[in-house]
Amino acid sequence: MSREQLVVERARRAFQTGMSKPLKFRVHQLKNLHRFIIERRKDIADAVKKDLNKTEHSTELFETLGLEGEIDVAVERLAEWAAPRPVEKSLLTILDEVYIQPEPLGVVLIIGAWNYPWAVTLQPLVAAIAAGNAAVVKPSEVSSHSAKVMEELLPLYLDKELYPVVCGGVSETQELLRQRFDHIFYTGNSTVGKLVMEAAARHLTPVTLELGGKSPCYIDKDVDLRVACRRITWGKFVNCGQTCIAPDYILCEPSIQNRVVEEIRKCITEFYTDDPKTFEDYGRIINQRHFQRVMSLLEGSTVAIGGDSDQSQCYIAPTVLKDVTGGSKVMQEEIFGPLLPIVTVSGVDEAIQFINEREKPLALYVFSPDNKLIRRVIAETSSGALVANDCLVHFTVSALPFGGVGNSGMGRYHSQHGFDQLSHLRACLIKKLNLEDANAMRYPPHTAKKLGWARFFFLKRVNLRQLRRMALLALFSAMASFVVQRFLR
Amino acid sequence: MEKQAVQRAREAFLAGRSRPLEFRVHQLKSLQRMITDRQGEIATALKQDINRSQYDTPLFELIGLENEISLAVSKLAQWAAPRPVERNLLTISDQAYIQPEPLGVVLIIGAWNYPWALTLQPLVGAIAAGNAAVVKPSELSEYSASLLKALLPRYLDQELYPVVCGGVSETQELLRQRFDHIFYTGNCTVGKLVMEAAARHLTPVTLELGGKSPCYIDKDVDLRVACRRITWGKFVNCGQTCIAPDYILCEPSIQNRVVEGIRQTLLEFYGPDPKSSPDYGRIINQRHFNRVMTLLEGYTATVGGQSDASQRYIAPTVVKDVPPQARLMQEEIFGPLLPIVTVSDIDDAIHFINEREKPLALYVFSSNKKVIKRMLAETTSGGVTVNDVIMHYTLSSLPFGGVGQSGTGRYHGKHTFDQFSHHRACLVKSLGMEEINVVRYPPQNHQKVRRVRLAMRTPLVDFSKGTYIWAVAASIVALGLLVALTVVLILAAGVSCTCL
Repeated sequence: MSREQLVVERARRAFQTGMSKPLKFRVHQLKNLHRFIIERRKDIADAVKKDLNKTEHSTELFETLGLEGEIDVAVERLAEWAAPRPVEKSLLTILDEVYIQPEPLGVVLIIGAWNYPWAVTLQPLVAAIAAGNAAVVKPSEVSSHSAKVMEELLPLYLDKELYPVVCGGVSETQELLRQRFDHIFYTGNSTVGKLVMEAAARHLTPVTLELGGKSPCYIDKDVDLRVACRRITWGKFVNCGQTCIAPDYILCEPSIQNRVVEEIRKCITEFYTDDPKTFEDYGRIINQRHFQRVMSLLEGSTVAIGGDSDQSQCYIAPTVLKDVTGGSKVMQEEIFGPLLPIVTVSGVDEAIQFINEREKPLALYVFSPDNKLIRRVIAETSSGALVANDCLVHFTVSALPFGGVGNSGMGRYHSQHGFDQLSHLRACLIKKLNLEDANAMRYPPHTAKKLGWARFFFLKRVNLRQLRRMALLALFSAMASFVVQRFLR
Repeated sequence: MEKQAVQRAREAFLAGRSRPLEFRVHQLKSLQRMITDRQGEIATALKQDINRSQYDTPLFELIGLENEISLAVSKLAQWAAPRPVERNLLTISDQAYIQPEPLGVVLIIGAWNYPWALTLQPLVGAIAAGNAAVVKPSELSEYSASLLKALLPRYLDQELYPVVCGGVSETQELLRQRFDHIFYTGNCTVGKLVMEAAARHLTPVTLELGGKSPCYIDKDVDLRVACRRITWGKFVNCGQTCIAPDYILCEPSIQNRVVEGIRQTLLEFYGPDPKSSPDYGRIINQRHFNRVMTLLEGYTATVGGQSDASQRYIAPTVVKDVPPQARLMQEEIFGPLLPIVTVSDIDDAIHFINEREKPLALYVFSSNKKVIKRMLAETTSGGVTVNDVIMHYTLSSLPFGGVGQSGTGRYHGKHTFDQFSHHRACLVKSLGMEEINVVRYPPQNHQKVRRVRLAMRTPLVDFSKGTYIWAVAASIVALGLLVALTVVLILAAGVSCTCL
């Protein structure tokens, strides 16, 4: 038996003992996870610095803050999420208990990514633990330092059998994917996403795929360019462009292109100084392979800002490309690096057409003071999410479901959405054995009369909430009129 | 041919025709008219396919469908409206909501056991969600499939909702095309192939599969009523129901009484000769007839057991003392054979159920709350009905679907709409208050991080509009009552008031 097989087997056996089900246990594990993040802050920050050259504060801001928030929400709301959810009844079931019971699925597999190795690998784990599952965590081997720290330290805080960490490369991942899971949660690219889903299909395992794409950013010509470009610059160059929801490219009218370039230039200087290479808050490309990949995208495009690089450090300067066309090399794949192409369009109509000709992105950004225009873009395009007048921040609103559509993914998480994604929402109808005569209308031998009754009972819908409100209102009015009658004559 | 139908549907969808709410409601009402106008023809087709009785058709297929359509029509505006979400302090003055959107072109592959309900109920949701839909009815229920192909284009938009008929090769060709969602009802084997095909295009799927739905009868329960309900659920449509109670689990001490209860009920429902009862169905085709009869090999029926291959008739059959390794217990029966497996107690029953794949439905008959609670807590299944069978299917507010080998995804009522929609997270901010954003821009430091941490807190108050209005109204009424009460008390205390 392979190592991966053993790990999954142990997790399944641990799950079958039922120990991950009690809410107290789940809350305890979540609180331990929280302690892990706080106590091992330094270890985590050091690992991320070695992997992506992020500073300690950046790591906190972009990786662990969100994670802590998710854990807090889960601990606070778990009882609410895990409780039976009553639903609307029909006339036929008015005396019965009808509810949806969330249940754990079993053993889930979480495959993390390397760009935010902690946030993207552990946030799904929070959802998995909250939902009562066991979870096999497979951090990305590309962010090797973070993976190592996770493998060494996580078992010191979480149950070792229920939440094992499995490190490894392609062959270890393939071996894991041969095992049977009850859900697979994958964050990464579309190519591997297809392979994950294919592997899942063999066991009929449901999947959540958080993929990527080219997230467009449309800038309306009437917008306040100073503010818009600040937010875009921030969103683009955070983590050196290696963010799945980074604004991948800009769409704007030719008349404002130069001003956009100038504003971005000012912001880059403001954020990263004149020499980003020496500035500690500017990151690096994760490895040589991706460095080469991103540099090759520059081919054939005009550099307006930056463009310089240093292979030995995997450093690429914050770069803006102007007058880019749809056919350019940089527009053929998700950039995932600090190159910001500007494609000119004649107006919002052409922008919408440009966006719709391409795969549905993970995020779509619109900068405009005109609400009508924003609403138009929402109505005529599709994307995982849409943010107007800012970038990235929808990730922090935990009540918003985070996920893609089409090639950018399927399923969603964050807060209750993650809990629901990794639960089975079981439909429960609890009836009693009395009133058997009422059932006569459904039993053979069938008659037209019986059918008439059945039709009445099945088709009549009862809105209990409205009835209750009506009853309360009637009660109030009765009381009020009684008071008036009796005492205020 | 399949490729063209999908292409045309996609072009029609991209033209934006299926999006306006009025259009969707219009199509749904047309579908309703089709069912009402053509009820007779549908019943005839079902009689030819599966010997469905004249009353079983409306009862099991059409009433549910009508219910789904009227629900969708009355609630569509509500379902399709933006759904505001809770914000944090950072976004408190912004609009944050979930906008349901159509996915695009969906593929609906129907089944043969309830060819109208199982093919058209998903279509109702697909239309309601604003999609185009390619409908592929099961070729095994051939009369229904050809009737659907003839009727649907006369009531619904022909390009947006084409019907594609055919067998395995046509379905495979369809599965090579790119869809935005695939909805499949059928068995696990084909379910895996559907999901594999979907993976190539990263298409999400809903798989409504099957399994062996256990039915546990507690020894202290009212057996007369329990057996009546089980008998009804098992032998409807000649056992060819995905949520039929597949087998019974009970203690040996009550086994004979259970058999008697079922025998008496069968007499009451179908008479002494079920073959001549207009309400008793037939097996869909020869292949399935042979399959079901093979399961019976080596076992003596306690009730029934007779068959007639020429009519594909199998009598309502009960088999006692079935061992767990019997062939009867290895696959979903999907026929009128009801095995009884004896277990020593509830622990044994729970263990038996958990050793097997997660079923589509679980049934428990007991008047003891503790027994019910244990059964539900220690097992899992797509859905549960306690003290009855099948009925959880009839409530559109309950999500209908499987888990594990019994399927993925769910539908009915609003759940169908949600399944066929993309729930797009929308955050509309303003360009003002840029100074606040300083905390997130480089250079980063400790103070900045602290401020962001605070801003990401969620306020504990529910800001949704409905609650707001209700809170205000309730406060006014309560205040009014308080005033009235105060006046009454003052008067009662004897203080004179000049207003009288």
